[in-house]
Amino acid sequence: MTEIERHSYDVVVIGAGGAGLRAAIEARLLGKRTAIVCKSLFGKAHTVMAEGGAAAAMGNVNSKDNWQVHFRDTNRGGKFLNNWRMTELHAKEAPDRVWELETYGALFDRTPDGRISQRNFGGHEYPRLAHVGDRTGLEIIRTLQQQIVSLQQDDLRDHRDAEGMIKVFAETTITSLLKDGDRMSGAVGYTRENGTFVVFEAPAVILATGGIGKSYKVTSNSWEYTGDGHALAMKAGATLLNMEFVQFHPTGMVWPPSVKGILVTESVRGDGGVLKNSEGKRFMFDYVPAVFRKQYAETEEEADGWYDDPSGNRRPPELLPRDEVARAINSEVKAGRGSPSGGVFLDIASRLPAESIRKKLPSMYHQFTELADVDITAQPMEVGPTCHYVMGGVEVDPDTAAAVVPGLFAAGEVSGGMHGSNRLGGNSLSDLLVFGRRAGEGASAYVDALGSARPAVTDLDVEDAHRAAEAPLTTSGGENPYAIHADLQQTMNDLVGIIRTASELEEALGRLEELKARVKKVSVVGNKVFNPGWHLALDLPNMIIVSECIARSALMREESRGGHTRDDFPAMSAEWRKVNLVCRPAGDGVEVTRQPLLPMPPELLSLFDREELNKYMTDEELAILPPETEREKSPEMSQVNSEETKA
Amino acid sequence: MGYNARFKVWRGDNTDGDLEDFTVEVNEGEVVLDVIHRLQATQTPDLAVRWNCKAGKCGSCSAEINGRPRLLCMTRMSAFAEDEVVSVTPLRAFPVVKDLVTDVSFNYEKARQVPAFAPPPELALGEYRMDQLDVERSQEFRKCIECFLCQDTCHVVRDHEENKESFAGPRFFIRLAELDMHPLDVRDRTREAQETHGLGMCNITKCCTEVCPEHIKITDNAIIPMKERVVDTRYDPLVWLGNKIPRRSGAAASRSLHSGDVTTAEAQARGRLRQKPTDTTALTTLQQALHGQGRFADAAGASRSRVEHAGRVRTARQGALAAHAWELLCAVESGQLDLDGVEDEIATTLQQAQRLTSTGTVLAGTHALHHLVHGRLAEAAEHAREAIVWDRDRATRADDLVTLSEGLAGLGESEEAASALAESQSLWPDNPRLAGVRSNLDDMNVHGRPTPAASVDEG
Ligand SMILES: Cc1cc2nc3c(=O)[nH]c(=O)nc-3n(C[C@H](O)[C@H](O)[C@H](O)COP(=O)(O)OP(=O)(O)OC[C@H]3O[C@@H](n4cnc5c(N)ncnc54)[C@H](O)[C@@H]3O)c2cc1C
Ligand code: SF4
Ligand code: SF4
Ligand code: FES
Repeated sequence: MTEIERHSYDVVVIGAGGAGLRAAIEARLLGKRTAIVCKSLFGKAHTVMAEGGAAAAMGNVNSKDNWQVHFRDTNRGGKFLNNWRMTELHAKEAPDRVWELETYGALFDRTPDGRISQRNFGGHEYPRLAHVGDRTGLEIIRTLQQQIVSLQQDDLRDHRDAEGMIKVFAETTITSLLKDGDRMSGAVGYTRENGTFVVFEAPAVILATGGIGKSYKVTSNSWEYTGDGHALAMKAGATLLNMEFVQFHPTGMVWPPSVKGILVTESVRGDGGVLKNSEGKRFMFDYVPAVFRKQYAETEEEADGWYDDPSGNRRPPELLPRDEVARAINSEVKAGRGSPSGGVFLDIASRLPAESIRKKLPSMYHQFTELADVDITAQPMEVGPTCHYVMGGVEVDPDTAAAVVPGLFAAGEVSGGMHGSNRLGGNSLSDLLVFGRRAGEGASAYVDALGSARPAVTDLDVEDAHRAAEAPLTTSGGENPYAIHADLQQTMNDLVGIIRTASELEEALGRLEELKARVKKVSVVGNKVFNPGWHLALDLPNMIIVSECIARSALMREESRGGHTRDDFPAMSAEWRKVNLVCRPAGDGVEVTRQPLLPMPPELLSLFDREELNKYMTDEELAILPPETEREKSPEMSQVNSEETKA
Repeated sequence: MGYNARFKVWRGDNTDGDLEDFTVEVNEGEVVLDVIHRLQATQTPDLAVRWNCKAGKCGSCSAEINGRPRLLCMTRMSAFAEDEVVSVTPLRAFPVVKDLVTDVSFNYEKARQVPAFAPPPELALGEYRMDQLDVERSQEFRKCIECFLCQDTCHVVRDHEENKESFAGPRFFIRLAELDMHPLDVRDRTREAQETHGLGMCNITKCCTEVCPEHIKITDNAIIPMKERVVDTRYDPLVWLGNKIPRRSGAAASRSLHSGDVTTAEAQARGRLRQKPTDTTALTTLQQALHGQGRFADAAGASRSRVEHAGRVRTARQGALAAHAWELLCAVESGQLDLDGVEDEIATTLQQAQRLTSTGTVLAGTHALHHLVHGRLAEAAEHAREAIVWDRDRATRADDLVTLSEGLAGLGESEEAASALAESQSLWPDNPRLAGVRSNLDDMNVHGRPTPAASVDEG
């Protein structure tokens, strides 16, 4: 066996995005020796791309906001398929997690009275997103990165070793998780810079690997998004929840072809931008679904009035949840009312003075001038849907982020449940902070409870992992991984996209079987040092298994809800709302089973109007609801609640 | 719409490498990173390149395109003519890992040396109040995507390994400025910047600002305001000179030093070497002080010891080897050493230096002088021209121009030779090499400008 580097830690965090870094900080603060392993350089994780903001009901801009309203918006946005406990914890803890970033040095945009400013976003009743222009993700990554450096400086001062308690293993890709019996015992990976294999022995492993977008051709996601964590978890015996729900962001760039998919932030609409078709019509007014009719404006005047007077007017329909807007754009284009490059027009130029556009949306201004020769202060942008976020993910215990395998934890985009069938913009960044922290805490508590009974890593398992990873390099004359990847992306884009049907999903599953066979024969040239072909060859099985999860679950769920639209079952079904679909490995594929969704307790249900619940729930569920009381709409109640949040 | 473009892409690792030619399809609207990806998918599956977002947000895909530090994902192909050969090489200031990927750990080490934001302990969560106007100044610097292009382009460390230890670079000057201007940070960042991060070594060339893809006004808004606040700081000339002086042209800094300081520096360096003969910093200072006095043969003696004691760190070795080759060549050029006696040493030193160098062009100026002392005038002129394209710092360019001028003069192109000489003199009037070469040029009827009195530069 070639040389293998060995490390021993209390907690290994896989992923250095918002979730991973926040988890690592917590574990380190709780005295655990912590390793952070990531595929890219430190500070480059996908979170860096987030633009719009982090949702937290701080009530800085509208004092009526509180955790209950945020909780309600999140469940409404997820069409009541969310794990209620996660949404409750998220709504309650997000403000503290955002404020905490200030103590690490973050500089959010301010309100006139010097607090953190908050912006409007789709599906959020009040301005709620803490932001820094349109580069919020960068601010969050850099802040957490610098906080880790700060902890390392403390360790250097106190223990003469900056990396003794918390160390980042950058450009190191984890290829397998290790178990001792039924518990986690560590992880194996390799370092790109020199091709060396690395074993991390650790009783607790936190997955914070992000999403899956690179299985799709048109995506806003970065190269890291190959579903590694989803696949690793499943192989280790954990379960994946509701993988059929994939968010297509309504506004990605569509021209030029090479940038197709790159995100155009929702803040463009939050700050006044409107969607128009080729006839110049603001078409979103035609697409307000019944469940949302009460909250959205019916005329342009009312919609425009909302920006200045949100209590006197209803919201513009451009700010409907993402799934609705994406489907609407899709329909307009299909009906022949699209823009020249196959999208629709997003117009901010005619709505705001050039100077404020440049100020409020600097990255967008920059992105369009540099990449598309479009001056967004003078011309409309062309936009269309792009694969953006996966709601499905590792099934976890809400309070501790523990997966079903002892010692395995998951937080951030790789985890499932929090966002139900559709995530609201801004809820991911706060999710990372809330559940990243909880995962760090959960993993630390788990390690404490183990005492000295630590699981062991066996050489045999390490060797197996090693051999499997090297296989593509030792095979010769096999398939080119880039070709397989291109075929996978085309398949997912064409057959498992925004609008799905049984026949296409079945065809997709057939093609995935072929890809599975092809990927076994993949071969790459070159050596182990920074070899992108080899890296892709190792990513492919992950992407394929995750794609199979998506396609199989999508085939099974015979309704349309959030990020899952079935042409053959266009309606939302109250029966299906009670069902989670759970993926497990079976043979060399995936098995999907149904599992009941945990019902929301009455005190939280009582935050919603009966009328609203009627649209989502079955008659039996409604029958056992407590009788309607005065509840949440009374102003006293809101006040009490906001007091509570502050306390 | 599509066409076939010609590319030269640097391929290799930290021991060896070269530019490789490719012909590759380019389509409408594409950026250089698209082309690199097409090369991976169709011609060179193991071509190493870093990238993440492909949207100019993560700062991973930094490289040099036609010698200019750029983001691969934000450089559109439409910026080049269809018949133009586009070269893509790794960042030159950092050691190569493979192909276009460099080892940027220098930056992470520097990051760890900047003390973190210290929160005011009396404020509880949610109690921070800051004015938008006050946070905006620091927010500009927090736009930084850590692409390290500014670090790559800054002449203080580009090709000057020896300066890396004491110079944090523009990326960390803005980090210090950001903390300095943070409404709630109380540390004195300006003095830190000056005393431990080498702010004084920056001579405000603004090259960093020019390459920043985030358009951060690094010099105007961070460096200059911090420099203005530094008062009454006195320097040990030894440390100062050691830090300041570039690789090849040891006396560049003497533009702003009185000649007495060069001898003082020599004396101090010798003093330190009596205590510790292997002190490479002192050896470097000694070499540079001697170079500044035009004593190239003696300088070569010092650089020889530098090579002996350089240790195994790749970058330190490279710096010492390159400096040594340069001193030997200057000594031969000025007649202080005999070519036959040192040619073997020059050839091996240069070869070893080349092997440790990330891109082919770093040593072009040295190769030019090597050709010149062998009388290969056309090659000398060609390499010197190439070097001029790449070398940005004044003194190094000035040296390249001297070599070019001599080569051209030998080829009978007196007019061009004279203008190269004049340009060189204006960049660096008291280059010690000029004294030796002027008589050669006079013989060939090539005259630069009359030497002005040494101008004193602010530094
Ligand atoms: C363009 C864009 C804009 C967005 N804007 C917003 C927004 O405004 N608000 C919002 O709330 N959300 C937004 N999102 C969503 C949000 O950014 C992501 O969901 C979130 O950043 C995910 O964070 P994470 O911590 O889960 O993982 P990431 O930040 O994606 O990090 C994943 C980490 O895992 C590592 N990793 C993966 N696989 C492996 C492996 N095998 N071995 C080792 N390491 C591995 C990666 O290297 C990386 O460090 C946006 C997303 C995109 C694409
Ligand atoms: S101004 Fe010039 S010398 Fe100063 S940091 Fe920038 S590039 Fe370096
Ligand atoms: S300051 Fe600009 S050039 Fe320097 S690292 Fe940051 S973004 Fe890059
Ligand atoms: S790939 Fe992120 S900046 Fe170029």
